[in-house]
Amino acid sequence: MKQFLVFIKKEFLQVFRDRKTLLMLFGLPVVEIILFGFALSNEVKKSNIVVIDYARDLASQQLISEIAASKYFEIEDAALTHHDIETAFKANKAKMAVIFPAGFYNKLVHFNKAQVQIIADASDPNVATTLTNYISAIILDYQAQLSQKNNPPYAITTEVKMFYNPELKSGPNFVPGVMAMVLMLVCVMMMAVSIVKEKELGTMEVLLVSPFKPILVIFSKMIPYLIISLFDIIVILILSVYLLDVPIRGDIFLLFAESIVFIITSLSLGLLISTVTESQQAAMYSSLLGMMMPTMLLSGFMFPIENMPKALQIISYIVPSRWFYIIVKDIMLKGSGFSAVWRETLTLAGMALALLGISLKTFKIRLE
Amino acid sequence: MRILKLLIQKEFLQIFRAKVVLRIIFLAPTLQILVLPLAANYDYKKINLSLVDHDHSSYSQKLVSKILSSGYFRLSGNDPSFDAAFHQIENDQSDLILEIPERFEKDLVRNGRQKLFIGINAINGIKAGLGGAYLSSIIGHFNGNILLEWRQPGVNPSSPTIDIATSFWYNPLMVYFILMVPALLVNLLTSLGGMTSALNIVKEKETGTIEQINVSPIPKYIFILGKLIPFALIGLAVFTIGLILARFVYGIVPAGNIFLLYLFAVDYLFALLGFGLLISTYANTQQQAISLVFFFILIFSMMSGLFTPIDSMPGWAQTVAHFIPTMYFIEAIRMIILKGSSLYDVLQDFGAILLIGIALNTWAIINYKKTT
Repeated sequence: MKQFLVFIKKEFLQVFRDRKTLLMLFGLPVVEIILFGFALSNEVKKSNIVVIDYARDLASQQLISEIAASKYFEIEDAALTHHDIETAFKANKAKMAVIFPAGFYNKLVHFNKAQVQIIADASDPNVATTLTNYISAIILDYQAQLSQKNNPPYAITTEVKMFYNPELKSGPNFVPGVMAMVLMLVCVMMMAVSIVKEKELGTMEVLLVSPFKPILVIFSKMIPYLIISLFDIIVILILSVYLLDVPIRGDIFLLFAESIVFIITSLSLGLLISTVTESQQAAMYSSLLGMMMPTMLLSGFMFPIENMPKALQIISYIVPSRWFYIIVKDIMLKGSGFSAVWRETLTLAGMALALLGISLKTFKIRLE
Repeated sequence: MRILKLLIQKEFLQIFRAKVVLRIIFLAPTLQILVLPLAANYDYKKINLSLVDHDHSSYSQKLVSKILSSGYFRLSGNDPSFDAAFHQIENDQSDLILEIPERFEKDLVRNGRQKLFIGINAINGIKAGLGGAYLSSIIGHFNGNILLEWRQPGVNPSSPTIDIATSFWYNPLMVYFILMVPALLVNLLTSLGGMTSALNIVKEKETGTIEQINVSPIPKYIFILGKLIPFALIGLAVFTIGLILARFVYGIVPAGNIFLLYLFAVDYLFALLGFGLLISTYANTQQQAISLVFFFILIFSMMSGLFTPIDSMPGWAQTVAHFIPTMYFIEAIRMIILKGSSLYDVLQDFGAILLIGIALNTWAIINYKKTT
């Protein structure tokens, strides 16, 4: 036991000696969560649109001024022809075009039927759908004003209530997701590199010929990273509550316990990488180039997993951050207890055991 | 010139000697381009709906079947009470609750108005917004049908209606992979280029071989060029593989000029390798270099408009994004591939990347000291 403590102390000394890396270990997750928590959002804000008014009559002018008054649209200089729409789209100067055909008002008054054409730049489908929904609402609203039936019969109204995040802010969704992603990548990479580095420099041999058990060498390497990561989590949670207004509705100790399980899982994954790679560069490329994108996309905080093809859903099961994201979201935002997240916890713990088992099995305790 | 050639040759020998690294450099991006774009999809098709029907009338049945036949919703439960439905939301089995009150049909007919309750799990803002919008518009249509049913014959039915004809250009099927494949390719290129260039010089520092170069008469710009060119070539090779996969796996044919894409790739790699070099001048160990690279690459990819539009960011974040070369490349590659924009349309992006590249490379060369 005393030996073990000495080894942990040695690891701490090594970690603390490299000031630049240490700064990154502490600073990186914190800075990024704050940055992304504030910056990332899918909300479609004021967008430039072009209006082509062939009608130039009462109705079209009224509608245009309604559109201009909306907080979602900014009308660019009125374009003149269809060709101008394409030019504006190609230069990313407008996202949508609204076209009023000639005689708009006349048709509306005399035939009770008129047409508006909307052309959306659908290179981002989400933006295109949202903008067409907004403009349709404005047009329908105008139509209702025209029909002047303030009290239509058989009206069904809806009362909508948003749970957990009534203002539809993006922070509550992104904070747990970014936390899971950043922590996982940092833990995997640092753990893998710290062991491979000793292999590369040859100091691992010294450790292996010592009477100290190899398994304890590994555990003593995990502990400093576990403690640093827990410290990161504390800072992140404080900042997300006081700076990003993301609440912690559930039990904070449960959250910590779950974080420990998740960090151990990530460190074990790093350990596995370190046993199969021989150079620091190989370890870095596999943990960063190989894992960054899959972790981002398959954690489920950006893109819904249930929308993905079945094969990708299955791959996402083996991404630890996916489970931790669900756990953090449930505990922080919904205030759920352990009974709601025990399956995810068990999955993470199972993963940690499996990863540890495989890595200990493949960890070479003999010299080449 | 001869020295440069020899240096490049040396780099390639080193790159090809590290077989494992070489394999990851080519395999990781290829696999990810093959698989991941299908994951990047905001199109919510299956929103789970919990239904609490206190009415059980023909109207409530009709409304429910109309909602389910829309294709956007999947009935996750038919619950007896609101609490039971809310429990489903808590367990993530359901995203939305629709509560139909008792006497829904009777009161609608008798009093002329009725209220439905919709509860939405709003943690994921987009999903909540879309789900609410779909449901409201289906209810609106349902309402219209009822109006038609009860309208008295003989009374002039028509009030002014405005038809909205919508067309979606460049991506009429509204699929995501068309914009995700090029952007993911840019992102993979970013991690790859940033890492290779940052780690390479630092490795020479760590193993001490840089001293030998330092005492040699090679001028530092030649040394740096000798480092840049091999990695630029690897980057271009990966870029080409990505474009080929986009063409043959996803059927994405660039609407614009392919040479323009390569022009941008070269411009971007110049900036990116400058970034890597700059990091390598500050870091002493590979561990330091990789944590710096990781820090910046994550910011590059999250704030470059890859996943969330730049226009949706708050003002200060947009300012930050304008210093990120990745943002310009993603914007340009999407414009060129989807809309066929010309060099004139994307000239600003090109210039911005070039400026950032010049700044980073100059900084790196000034900061690189041959003496230790």
